[in-house]
Amino acid sequence: MRVCVRWGVCLLLATLGCLGGASGARAAPDAGELIRVRVSTATGDPVPGATVEVERDGTRIGTGTTRPDGSAELDVPSAGAYQVLLDVDTLPPASAGFRPRMNPIRTTVDEGNARTVAFRLEAGGAGPERSADEGGSTVRVAQLTLQGLRFGLLIALAAVGLSLVFGTTGLTNFAHGELVTFGALVAYYLSIPAAVSLLGVVSFTKPGLPLLVAAPVTLLLSCGFGWLNDAVLWSRLRRRGTGLVAMMIVSIGLAIFLRYTFLYFAGGETLSYPDYATQAGIGLGPVMMRPVDLVSMGLAVTVLVGGGLALIRTRLGTATRAVADNPALAAASGIDVDRVIRSVWTGAAGLAALSGILLGMGQGLNFQMGFQILLLVFAAVTLGGLGTAFGALVGSLVVGLFIELSTLVVPTELKNVGALAVLIVILLVRPQGVLGRAGRIG
Amino acid sequence: MDWSTVLTNAATSLVGLQTIVYALAAVGLNLHFGYTGLLNFGQAAFAAVGAYGLAIVVASAGLPLPVGLAAGLAGSVVLSVLLGLPTLRLRADYLAIATIAAAEILRISARSSTLREFTGGASGINGFTEPFHDLNPLPPGTYGFGPWRYHERDLWVLLVGWTVLAVCCLVVWLLVRSPWGRVLRGIREDEDAARGLGKNVYAYKMQALAIGGVIGTLAGFVYALGQGSVQPDLYGTELTFFAYTVLLLGGVARVLGPVVGAAIFWVVLSLTDTVLRGAVDEGWLTFMSTTQVGQVRFMLVGLALMFLMIFRPQGIFGDPRQIALDAR
Repeated sequence: MRVCVRWGVCLLLATLGCLGGASGARAAPDAGELIRVRVSTATGDPVPGATVEVERDGTRIGTGTTRPDGSAELDVPSAGAYQVLLDVDTLPPASAGFRPRMNPIRTTVDEGNARTVAFRLEAGGAGPERSADEGGSTVRVAQLTLQGLRFGLLIALAAVGLSLVFGTTGLTNFAHGELVTFGALVAYYLSIPAAVSLLGVVSFTKPGLPLLVAAPVTLLLSCGFGWLNDAVLWSRLRRRGTGLVAMMIVSIGLAIFLRYTFLYFAGGETLSYPDYATQAGIGLGPVMMRPVDLVSMGLAVTVLVGGGLALIRTRLGTATRAVADNPALAAASGIDVDRVIRSVWTGAAGLAALSGILLGMGQGLNFQMGFQILLLVFAAVTLGGLGTAFGALVGSLVVGLFIELSTLVVPTELKNVGALAVLIVILLVRPQGVLGRAGRIG
Repeated sequence: MDWSTVLTNAATSLVGLQTIVYALAAVGLNLHFGYTGLLNFGQAAFAAVGAYGLAIVVASAGLPLPVGLAAGLAGSVVLSVLLGLPTLRLRADYLAIATIAAAEILRISARSSTLREFTGGASGINGFTEPFHDLNPLPPGTYGFGPWRYHERDLWVLLVGWTVLAVCCLVVWLLVRSPWGRVLRGIREDEDAARGLGKNVYAYKMQALAIGGVIGTLAGFVYALGQGSVQPDLYGTELTFFAYTVLLLGGVARVLGPVVGAAIFWVVLSLTDTVLRGAVDEGWLTFMSTTQVGQVRFMLVGLALMFLMIFRPQGIFGDPRQIALDAR
């Protein structure tokens, strides 16, 4: 046990040390919203010197010119829906005859986040007049449904873990969002080349791994991080008999500590993975989605189904459900409750990290991305019924769809407000959630 | 490193605006959490209602200051009824989630450009403090001694802030030693027993939520008037959680606990900030930049909250028997 803890601490220190190397010289944190534009040719070469404009409701908000690496950054005043237009007349002569496939591109920026928009030039692409979402409201509903499903599946990965932790220990873990951020940031660090210096003794430049390699390594590290969370902190608090409210407040302290540790090492700006950042969307009938997002949806479904089967079929899964049902009875029937809870923490952290990586691939990552979705995850978990894994999945899908489809009637920047309002309403009318059992709740 | 600057900064933090604001917010939380056992994670919302109520009425609608104050207080009571009616029957952790969600709804809405004409969007509102400063009886000049030297405007804010804080502490002291306060503590210890004695637990909880919320709103007034502006991001979840740290630091269920806690909190933050910043400037700390110093402070806050809760939940002056830590 002691040896295990020591190894765990070494692992954590090594991870933090690595992150330390990556911090380098970073600009001051800015929580401002911005749109990052990349212009490239069909073969992926950057196009410098092109003028891009950002508009909202037909009024121009800002313009920029792409740098030699083909990118430009446009500041926008607040979260919301924007339209990014590439001025095709300013394209360099070498790209004559080539047009972006989609122009203008409509995008939404989340609070405190950056959003990347990619223009890819092709022979015979669209002129400036063809817009991505022509075709009326049915198409828009289909597009938003698809986006909502994607977001729902990704937060489901975090929600299932949160729900299992709550089910087995009773802890409302406010630091769960930081497990999401941990995964996203570690994968980012592994996927970029960075100068590493371990306490100034060994210095070398680490190559950037492809994300497909970095992600599995990250998941392992994150599982270790979750294991460590339980081994160092929560198992001891349980043994001391610390009350649930006290544990909840401890988790808030942990969340604040981790969030600012991430900010310390990773800086305040929104980052994006080097891979897949410029991938263009493909048409699926009337709707558009990037292949990478489709793959991440498929991955999330696979992992969730696999996790669900494991929960039903395996011995550990049965033991987990038994502990969630009645820890004392489970212990009396010979289940090692502490070991089960340790596995739940390990798995929950892995799922949260996967959620973080996949979310980061979609909309960039920053030190507070997990915290920003935490309340939405709470909403999903509560909606489905606290402590039930399947409820969390259903709740997440409902929350994801609700958030995206609500933008049909409310401004995009207020879409999370609706989900939070639903959270409160659910707590009022059916606190046990949609799939939860009515018990002693209040 | 200039040690006199370090000490001067610490001394000004001891009585500064932040200390008053967080002490007031924590006095309200003390009534909620310390005396009644209500886990209100939405104290930022009460402060925001005060600040925005005042700013919108005075700056946007052009009405006099007392109307703005009345609007803020009325908004606070309305908010506590809206929040309390449905959620006070819930278990402690459900109440916590509902209140934090409500606080975020308010913040996101205030930040949105849809409501910009009322709330000023992300940049907030300013230019509503002149009616307050017109009431200042102090002639222009510099007042004070030693490290505490203020212009008449700052001194006026601090004087009013400390007076409000003192009055709130007095009110809480009178309330909690009244029969009403004993019922609150009874609810904290055992809600069913209090109900069994024929007390309307729900009504008592609602009253406690409203009074603590109004004190949080006063914190919002002082913050807005002291800063001269309101900005949505000042009223995020961190205000609430820092106020909890202040409360736990000073001691739960002690009338002056929040005041002592706030003073310690901001003095320690000021000391770590200036000392670390100085050490970075002197080249003693090579692995840290001055922007990272700010983050180290908040890492310390997180650690302090964790360790206080684990090892000394009653805080420095609290009584370990006077704290409700089991979800009911």
